[in-house]
Amino acid sequence: MLRILHDTKIDFIRLWKITTVVTLLFILPGLLWIAVSGYKYSIEFTGGTLMQVRFAQAPNIADVRSTLDDSGIKGAEITQFGSDIDYLIRAQDPRSVAQQTRGAESIATEIQAALTKRFGASAFTVQRTEAVGPKVGGELKQKAIYAILLSFLATLIYLAWRFEWRFGVAAVVATAHDILATLAFIKYANLEISLIVVGGILTMIGYSLNDTIIIFDRVRENLRRRQKVTLYDTLNRSVNETLPRSVLTHATVFATLLALAFLGGEVLRPFALVMLFGVVTGTFSSIYVAPPLLLWIESKWPRASTEAGTASRARNPRGAAVTMSR
Amino acid sequence: MNNNIRNRLLLILVLVVASVWALWPRTVTVRERNAKTGQFHDTTLKSVPLKKGLDLQGGMYLALEVDDSKQAVQNKAEAIDRALKVVRNRIDEFGVSEPVVQKVGTDRIVVELPGVDDRARAEGLVQSSAFLQFQITDKTQAFDKALARLDGVVKQGGGTAVASAADTTKAASPLTNLFSKADTGKAKNDSSKADTSAATATGGPFSKLIQPGQMPGEYLVAKNDVPTLQGYLDRKEVQAALPPGKSLHWGSEDLSAGNASYTTLYLVDKTPIITGEYLTDAKPGNDPTEGQFVSFTLNNEGGRKFRTETGKHIGDYMAIVLDDRVMGRPPVIQSAIGTRGQITMRGAELQKTQDLALVLRAGALPVPLKIVESRSIGASLGADSIRDGIHAGIAGVTLVVLIMLFYYRFSGMLAVGALLLYLLFTLALLAGLEATVTLPGLAGLVLSVGIALDANVLIFERIREEMVHGKTVRASIDEGFKHAMSAIIDSNVSTVITALVLYEVGTGPVKGFAVTLMAGIAASMVSSIFVVRTFFLLWLNRTRGAQTLSI
Repeated sequence: MLRILHDTKIDFIRLWKITTVVTLLFILPGLLWIAVSGYKYSIEFTGGTLMQVRFAQAPNIADVRSTLDDSGIKGAEITQFGSDIDYLIRAQDPRSVAQQTRGAESIATEIQAALTKRFGASAFTVQRTEAVGPKVGGELKQKAIYAILLSFLATLIYLAWRFEWRFGVAAVVATAHDILATLAFIKYANLEISLIVVGGILTMIGYSLNDTIIIFDRVRENLRRRQKVTLYDTLNRSVNETLPRSVLTHATVFATLLALAFLGGEVLRPFALVMLFGVVTGTFSSIYVAPPLLLWIESKWPRASTEAGTASRARNPRGAAVTMSR
Repeated sequence: MNNNIRNRLLLILVLVVASVWALWPRTVTVRERNAKTGQFHDTTLKSVPLKKGLDLQGGMYLALEVDDSKQAVQNKAEAIDRALKVVRNRIDEFGVSEPVVQKVGTDRIVVELPGVDDRARAEGLVQSSAFLQFQITDKTQAFDKALARLDGVVKQGGGTAVASAADTTKAASPLTNLFSKADTGKAKNDSSKADTSAATATGGPFSKLIQPGQMPGEYLVAKNDVPTLQGYLDRKEVQAALPPGKSLHWGSEDLSAGNASYTTLYLVDKTPIITGEYLTDAKPGNDPTEGQFVSFTLNNEGGRKFRTETGKHIGDYMAIVLDDRVMGRPPVIQSAIGTRGQITMRGAELQKTQDLALVLRAGALPVPLKIVESRSIGASLGADSIRDGIHAGIAGVTLVVLIMLFYYRFSGMLAVGALLLYLLFTLALLAGLEATVTLPGLAGLVLSVGIALDANVLIFERIREEMVHGKTVRASIDEGFKHAMSAIIDSNVSTVITALVLYEVGTGPVKGFAVTLMAGIAASMVSSIFVVRTFFLLWLNRTRGAQTLSI
């Protein structure tokens, strides 16, 4: 039997102060940065026109840019997309968006005409075009926020029903931590907020919640079984007991995500990156956010004295000391 | 082998057979329109019944809304329903296989055209109002008389978009040539020309852009000046100063003289003598001298009306106005016209003629529509995406299989066997639900492989713990499955919740992701728990209660 991390007795929760500082050092500057300079949003959210073009041979970007500038499509952003013959052209500035809603000559047609004039029709093929009006974009933005809040609420209700509210609150706060950390990560990684990235955030929510649930499930069981142990020790024990599972599952999910990030193509890469980070932060929060928080909640709103947590903590001041020190 | 195991194996067999049947390639009939002949023809081909999203097979997605920027629309909800019917008719006639035309929400029409990547054509097809009117061109020189007034209005408003004067002067000389060639004994035209040249001579900002044409109500504008003039015409105060009871339309044909090119502009009577609502049929045609044309037929009522009206206007020129644009050059009415007529499309491509006939047949849009979202994906990009997705899938599955075999050995092998069934079940479920597989859906599938194994990992770890506690192999397996259940169910339900939310909120591709994720969870419950359990039971039975388990 090959065993890794078998029968470990690591005092994970002791480290909660350090880890809290670490995660705050990661999250807060990110949020601050977002507050100052905001996000880059995809066409889906801002409205605008995007065109993915494959050239027969690698073009000179400056040439492409001046071609577009000369034909009046100013402020179009041109970026390489994967290989050196694939380019994304984005006309996302408010002026082009406004022009688009007038429904006159669509910007995509103009871009194509300008490129044809300069390079010839056979020198490139248009692989993909997206033109989104500002109204649709605005709606989508609302929907995305609504989606994140809704999935949040739904899981809170489910957890409250399956566990009890203390566990539910701890799990949801852990998930909120993951969302904030992921938002900061998206900023650090300079990813664009697109629908697929929002999809990544939502999947990450589900995944990180899984992790917390697995640990809490064990906590619930251990509390029932071993009444004489402090909640502090029970939490630590549960984290240790589920450690092999965590390592294995994260390894398999990580492997599939790495495959997606490297081989899945440009469109899926942001999703894979967000999820890769989600696995990391989800693991972190189910060990360092949810359990310490549960301890803190227990100290503030203790359960009925017949139940394990409170009763045992009275006998063991260490658990109480940690929880109260906050 | 006891009954329990036999029943379990039987059930698995049934599931496998059902899945294979659900995924068996079947013949489908695809109805497509031949681009050259315009005829529909059916082709049959064999394919796996998994519906590919537009992002994987290439195609167009269009979202349309009522355009009320130019005129207020009273009952939008009703208008969108009527527009939906017209758009559906047009798309059906367009001849793509499996198009989608549906209303989303209360005010939006969504059109999906798989395999179509001619963006401009598809947009034109759904958006063109196909509002046909026959209007008599103005013979009172009302426009010429209004020019001075229009100049004044434009000057007052400030000539923001002033065209360079050089352009117009350059344009003037070839224009005269054009006239001298064309003007053969048309006294009426000559006089109007004389009048307008007087007006042009004043050189006002508006009038200097306009030259008289060859028939009453026809004017020419140098191509370079068109945007400038359109800019003027878009102004409210200019609109107000236009001759009352008349309307101004651009022509569809350009005239060229020397190296200068002119666009025609027509002033016509505002009240049409007849509109396209009486139209019963329209067909594309080709004539060696006239070129492409669309011939149309009116119903009896329309024919009567048309005959009376044209009878009143013999000798006048009749503009055929389609969507505010004058098609071809207005013909002179030589005698009363009945139920048949034709629109010449000189120099137009065959496809354009076909499309015009199509939209005329399918009927006019009751309200103008604007495109609020348009996406097109080339078929080659879709094929690339599928290839990338499959590569990522193979790599991901291989890595996962290696991890499982390395760590759990024999038990890992059972899990891997179950994983293959898992993939089969998931795909079959997607086929059975007629779900659309999208690019994010592929990502969901790859990701769900990792998540599907989580259940097995939970179970195996539990079995190990039970064995460490000194239980027999059989008891450990039983207990392991039993105790892992609550964690598996809880974690799967929480994933389903987020997937449901994604399904509710997401558009096409993301919906596909949510569906594959949910199908994956459903399939993994069967494969990771039921199938793996059966494998264990079978193994225990074969080894007659083994004392050790490789896990």
